[in-house]
Amino acid sequence: MIHRLVVRNLFHRPIRTGLTILAVAIEVMMIVMMVGVSEGLLRESLRRTRGVGADILIRPQISGATISGADISAKLPDILMERFPSISHAMGATVFMAGNVQTITGVDWGDFDTMAGGIVIFEGRSYEAPYEAVVDEVYARQEGVSVGETIELMSHDFTVAGIIETGKLSRVFVPLETMAELHGWQGRFSQVYLKLDEASDVRPLIEELQTLLPDYRVVSVEDFLALTATSLRQMSSQFVNVIISIAVVIGFIVVMLAMYTAVLERTREIGILKAIGGSKSFIGSIVLRETLVISACGILLGYGLSVLGQQLVGAKYPLVPVILLPGWMAGAAALTIVGSVIGASYPAWKAAKADPCDILAYE
Amino acid sequence: MANDPIIEIKDLKKTYRLGGVDVPALRGVSLSVREGEFLGVLGHSGSGKSTLFHIIGGMLAPTSGRVWINGVDLGSLADAERTELRKTTVGFVFQRFNLLPTLNAEENIRIAQHIAGLAGMHERHFEHVIRILGIAHRLHHKPFALSGGEQQRVAIARALVNKPRIVLADEPTGNLDSENSLAVLDALKSLNQQLGQTVLMITHNPEAADYCAERVVRMKDGRIA
Repeated sequence: MIHRLVVRNLFHRPIRTGLTILAVAIEVMMIVMMVGVSEGLLRESLRRTRGVGADILIRPQISGATISGADISAKLPDILMERFPSISHAMGATVFMAGNVQTITGVDWGDFDTMAGGIVIFEGRSYEAPYEAVVDEVYARQEGVSVGETIELMSHDFTVAGIIETGKLSRVFVPLETMAELHGWQGRFSQVYLKLDEASDVRPLIEELQTLLPDYRVVSVEDFLALTATSLRQMSSQFVNVIISIAVVIGFIVVMLAMYTAVLERTREIGILKAIGGSKSFIGSIVLRETLVISACGILLGYGLSVLGQQLVGAKYPLVPVILLPGWMAGAAALTIVGSVIGASYPAWKAAKADPCDILAYE
Repeated sequence: MANDPIIEIKDLKKTYRLGGVDVPALRGVSLSVREGEFLGVLGHSGSGKSTLFHIIGGMLAPTSGRVWINGVDLGSLADAERTELRKTTVGFVFQRFNLLPTLNAEENIRIAQHIAGLAGMHERHFEHVIRILGIAHRLHHKPFALSGGEQQRVAIARALVNKPRIVLADEPTGNLDSENSLAVLDALKSLNQQLGQTVLMITHNPEAADYCAERVVRMKDGRIA
């Protein structure tokens, strides 16, 4: 009976109920999407680094998760190859931060192809002229470019020579020499990748190289990925937390206002229920149950909106991958329920303590 | 019909404080109602009838004096205990019916059972009451689809469904035309006679009180005249 009363009450004001559910859904979607975008960008970045196929990474000592510059001698790969037979291949690359969370990578295509174990070219070919570029399929889709078209990179026009599979180091590649010429990085690399024949050689070689190259940071790619993930999650967590907090506060306020309005509007019904023996807990529980129904509907709708948002973002902005994490979907639901119940507590308390005599006084 | 008083009131006083001014509503009411009695309480607006109604129903605390319901001193009861009293011992009928607009007639009656923890019980009694009140064919209608008389009969059924020993009716015909008023008074009278419940009916209409009450007391200026 009480469930029927709760549902009927909610249907009695369908627009208010619908708007409240929508607000809760947007709260859920904000949380799920925000975390999804953050995690999506991170995982995509890690996937591309892993996709290089290297075992060891050498970088300047002072650098974060991403770098833009070139401080490593270009002779280092050849020297290391010659000195350490366990290294099957060494490759240098230069990295330029394009300013929109994307990097442009200068690399010798032959080296890169060998290191990655073969790169699938979907369309066109690798670059052969100085101002040619190769982009991955996601970049091509987002920017709407195809082979032969001109794109502006680093304030210069480049012709798209080929479109390759995604997940290989970067989304945009230009010739190493062109990058060096544009930035004055001749004879230098931003980072050096090493590929070994045996995985068991990775740790001993890292120790040896670190002693040999104290000015550089020598890490296994797996360690680098783990460190990068931690570092980027820390960087993004503050921003994500702020957005989540705003979403929860908005949900809290909307639910509180909706339920407060409902209680004010239904003072008479509350008085009737109290007059026929409804206890404080019974009256309060009706308000809280209505809140839980609204929250549950809002959470389900929020999940639906998140899936829709994921599809829309994926279609409109392929460079921004959104991953819907089950853990955070559950977390968003928990935050929403807690926020809503706290928001409904005051209206529930107000309803519970209502004096039936005052309410029915005009009788 | 037993002769033991089920409602005993001694020197009951109630003073409201409104805007810093004391407004006496009851100035020392003493009253005794036997079990199974149909008592009419007659009085004009402001005579203190409704205040008496709310105090007997455990919804309002008196300023002084004592009220015993079925031998229990209301003054000794905590809020939760008074709520319990309203669930099981006292049934209310209001002037403006006070049905829940989102529930249909049957649900309005059954919610009283649910609140009292008696859902699914007293089914034969439920059907008996419905039959006496003549609302069996209207049970699935929402209040807005019922006439005033039908709404009041649903409200009476809600008041009676838990077999309370006392029914408090506050101006039950106050919002009804004469035809519906008569139907409701007949229903109350019939229920009192058939179920033996004590009925205390507050009204300003002497004809209504005389029509169905065994005894009528008059209230004036917060006192039994």
